[in-house]
Amino acid sequence: MADEQRGGAARRIGRTARVARATAGQIIAAAESRRPQRLVERLWGELSEAASEAKSLLGGGGWRISEDELERRYAYLIDHQNLGEAGVDPFGFSPEYVRKVIPMIEFLHRIWFRVESHDIDNVPEQGRCLLVGNHSGQLPFDGMMIGASLLLERDPPRMIRSMVEKFAIRTPWFGTFCMRCGQVTGLPDNCRRLLERDESVMVFPEGARGISKPFKNRYKLGRFGHGFMRLALETGSPIVPIGVVGAEEQIINVGNFEGLARLLNAPNIPIAPLALVLGPLAMWPAPVKYRIYFGEPLYFEGDANDDDAVIAKKVAVVTSAIEKLVARGLEERRGVFI
Amino acid sequence: MARRKRRKTRVVITGISGRLGQLLTRRLHRLEDHEIIGIDRRFFRRRPKDVEHLRIDIRRKACEDLFRTKKIDVIYHLGLMHDPRRGSQEHHTWNILGTQRVFDYARRHGVPKVVLLSSTDVYGPQDDNPAFISEDAPLLGAQRFSQIRDLISVDMMAQSYFWKAPEIETVVLRPVHILGGVDNAMSNYLRLQRPPVIFGFDPMMQVIHEEDMVSAIHAAATPGLRGIYNVTGPDALPLRRLVGLAGKKPLEMPHVLAPTIARQAWMMRLLDAPAAELEYLRFAVTVDGSRAKQLLRLNPQYSAADSARAALRLGAWDAPSDAANQAEDSKGATAA
Repeated sequence: MADEQRGGAARRIGRTARVARATAGQIIAAAESRRPQRLVERLWGELSEAASEAKSLLGGGGWRISEDELERRYAYLIDHQNLGEAGVDPFGFSPEYVRKVIPMIEFLHRIWFRVESHDIDNVPEQGRCLLVGNHSGQLPFDGMMIGASLLLERDPPRMIRSMVEKFAIRTPWFGTFCMRCGQVTGLPDNCRRLLERDESVMVFPEGARGISKPFKNRYKLGRFGHGFMRLALETGSPIVPIGVVGAEEQIINVGNFEGLARLLNAPNIPIAPLALVLGPLAMWPAPVKYRIYFGEPLYFEGDANDDDAVIAKKVAVVTSAIEKLVARGLEERRGVFI
Repeated sequence: MARRKRRKTRVVITGISGRLGQLLTRRLHRLEDHEIIGIDRRFFRRRPKDVEHLRIDIRRKACEDLFRTKKIDVIYHLGLMHDPRRGSQEHHTWNILGTQRVFDYARRHGVPKVVLLSSTDVYGPQDDNPAFISEDAPLLGAQRFSQIRDLISVDMMAQSYFWKAPEIETVVLRPVHILGGVDNAMSNYLRLQRPPVIFGFDPMMQVIHEEDMVSAIHAAATPGLRGIYNVTGPDALPLRRLVGLAGKKPLEMPHVLAPTIARQAWMMRLLDAPAAELEYLRFAVTVDGSRAKQLLRLNPQYSAADSARAALRLGAWDAPSDAANQAEDSKGATAA
């Protein structure tokens, strides 16, 4: 038993070492080909362009949504959400709280990430739907930005309810923040009940596999779970595929501290090489530009309890739709920061 | 007399001297078609003259005579011990053997209905609880809070009589936190000067007013009903909001220190809740009460604000007319 554990630890160390060696190899190869100079120059150019864009937005004050508009959206939300006596729904979502934190979300959405969303009207105005996206970027800013886009840019606004790790719920403040902003613990039962209440539910079927993948695997979709498809079939919900481009570069990761993560009961702890230079700031996302692509709703029919093989075929339709959206985004963008 | 009087429904209430037992007695007594027999070791203040009270332990043989000589229609088993200061052994034997006796008597003497008062505490606060726990969920309450394990055993034992004695209509009620003049953890919590809360946590809470709970217990006796029911009151609300509704200012405590402080307070008898109950201040236990709403036809008359205010008055009794008026008022309000 102990031997096996030691063997597992050795394998993990070996794997991390291999990843590190490969990354180092890439860096050396790039250095020899004089690419880094060009890369640094290019990134610097992009960053200054992004900075001037942000500066003009900040200077004009045009980044804040107007008070009347905010009021209108807020009133719409309150009318269209089944809230309880206390103004909070049974899952803990409170529009009032969202209104309080909206300036912070707006800052991230308009200034920091300068989110560009495409075909946002593919998300139905009402009725149940399942939003399925690619997960990336170490920290779940992608979900937050999709939610912010639907809240601030879509007209009428749509509140999304996303499924979060129970680790988030266990974290003080952050857990409460998530819950009050409409996020729920990622359990199939919660998802089913939300869909039955005709809500729009955001899921990342890659889960931790997607969000914590190392930099070298960026924009490669991880394995999708099948649970979301079974739920969509069971509740008759259309699926809106979403491709997020930009989030992969926000935090650079070369691997994960698996043992430490298990010790702390956390989903993953990334190894961020930039921490050598920036310290803990390496976990703060870089001001990359987000591009969010909403695909056309996909409708599926069939038995929710079908064989895995049958479900896998339907899941493949969704993954290929997301892959297409991501590919389109990668083609359209000129750089990481612009 | 022109027409023959119908036989009164004869009910046995265990734990009749407790708050809920007294409220239930008052409710049934006012209906005037019930013959009430109470079993409780404690003194029954304000006992109506025609309510029979056996001041003995339910586990004593003398109890059986009651069932042997009289045909009982319903047993309301409310006599479970929840006092965390009592020894765990006494707790365990009282609750488990007591419940077993109740079902034995019911089986041997043909009582058609047994209503057991359990609690949603059997599910336990966990970080991965769904927002709507259904009656089929596993009972994980004892994971961190071992004192709750006899309640779980009692709940399970009652469930086993669904098949052991299918002729008895067994009903298990699992209410959310009952607020009012009752002496339970949540009401006592709201009665504290500064109810403690934990930094960064604000779980959703469900509460029910004691009068609504009595309606649920009474409704459970309807012939033909059996099974397990989560009993909920008004909509769920965040803990801090609930504390605010009781007119109290919460006392913020960091989670790293809270268990130590609570343990000290418990030993110094400043606080009557074991440290394990702090988990209720971190994670939600919110249940799906739709089954009870539908089958028991429950419609809570009291809002969360009414319930929180009611919790501040330990053992207070409204004049019956007041309570009726209040219920009437809130009915009017919902109709309007």
